[in-house]
Amino acid sequence: MKTVIIKYNAGNIRSVTFALERIGIEPIITDDIAEMSTADKVIFPGVGEASSAMNYLREKKLDIVIRELKQPVLGICLGMQLMCTSSEEGDTKCLGVFNQKIKLFKSTESKVPQIGWNTIFDLKTDLFKGIKENEYQYCVHSYYAEMGENTIATTNYDLNYSSALRKNNFYGVQFHPEKSGVVGETILQNFIKL
Amino acid sequence: MLAKRIIPCLDIKDGRTVKGINFENIRDAGDPVELARMYAKAGADELVFLDITATNEKRKTLTELVTRIAKQINIPFTVGGGISSIVDVSALLNAGADKISINSAAIKNPQLIKNLAEQFGSQCIVLAIDTKFENNNWFVYLNGGRIKTDLKAVEWAIEGAKLGAGEILLTSMNNDGTKNGFAIDITKQISEAVNIPVIASGGAGTMEHFKNIFINGKADAALAASVFHFKEIEVIELKKYLSSKNISIRL
Repeated sequence: MKTVIIKYNAGNIRSVTFALERIGIEPIITDDIAEMSTADKVIFPGVGEASSAMNYLREKKLDIVIRELKQPVLGICLGMQLMCTSSEEGDTKCLGVFNQKIKLFKSTESKVPQIGWNTIFDLKTDLFKGIKENEYQYCVHSYYAEMGENTIATTNYDLNYSSALRKNNFYGVQFHPEKSGVVGETILQNFIKL
Repeated sequence: MLAKRIIPCLDIKDGRTVKGINFENIRDAGDPVELARMYAKAGADELVFLDITATNEKRKTLTELVTRIAKQINIPFTVGGGISSIVDVSALLNAGADKISINSAAIKNPQLIKNLAEQFGSQCIVLAIDTKFENNNWFVYLNGGRIKTDLKAVEWAIEGAKLGAGEILLTSMNNDGTKNGFAIDITKQISEAVNIPVIASGGAGTMEHFKNIFINGKADAALAASVFHFKEIEVIELKKYLSSKNISIRL
């Protein structure tokens, strides 16, 4: 099993690495195209800002590479958002793997960013195998993916948004499984087993 | 629904936990990693590590410790204490901390908040405010509560949020150590004045105090140290109690 974490200018690569190590996976952190295309699983992490991250990906031609990956790919947080069509953050055109747009929370009721543990429900696909409805996952974000045909998990923060997406071999989660206790580790394990 | 968070705080000196922490079931109560692991297992939503190491040369111990924690703990954690520059923050985040908290350095140079938020993102910048009620006002203190400033807590919180802080960690010096409950009024004022989460700290003595700070004080999270360390309150029992009071809690 060869698991690659895509190396780019976004945070949390370390915490994703540590979480994988806790479940017995030794990931390769790389931006090398050959390494990526021969991987069994690819993880696209990210904490940061959308437009500068997209600029970096384009410079390194990683935008094209990611779109063409054939093995299971998991985007986490900003990684998932960058796999959508566009983001209101920095008015950014994204990779367009998923059909969703990324919007800013404009709540008057709740605080922005959303920071803390929130529930995930309407769970679909084997990514959530063995996960009960309404389990909590850790979230830190100001932008969200709209609901749509790619939605495989939903979370409510004043409104319902996609907390996970899937299209073909591409998966994305808005929350941080690498920081979400045993349940989060199960989701990572499920992805590795896909 | 977003859950209210329960956050145990561990004081660290030279890489070891301080205060007479008394635990039977762990091998080394002085090892922050052991304690952190126990709290994560017990249902803590996050952890805060406050470094009270006085000297800079001991700082390396802290970054090594942060990496050990990050490798073994599967919940988010914040590191604070004496952080004063972008270099400090960069080292701690690279070591694996999820967030850092700044206090005195931000008071001396508010622009630091903005610079940190731009470089690392607001989500990892916690503004810690130590405040004391005197002469009818909540004043901000620096250097661990030793030096009074002219800043008022509400105004400083609003400015900090505007500069890019992602959360406020509010400690009431009047309440800290009393076990008579959190400071409800100032927590509520700040929570309503800013649009970022507020973590209440100082004064936890009973489970009811936590209920009150969430319901009446509008806190998004509550932090405590000794009531957890001395097992006067068990995290899991506290969370069950709060849940039974219709507070949104991760069980």
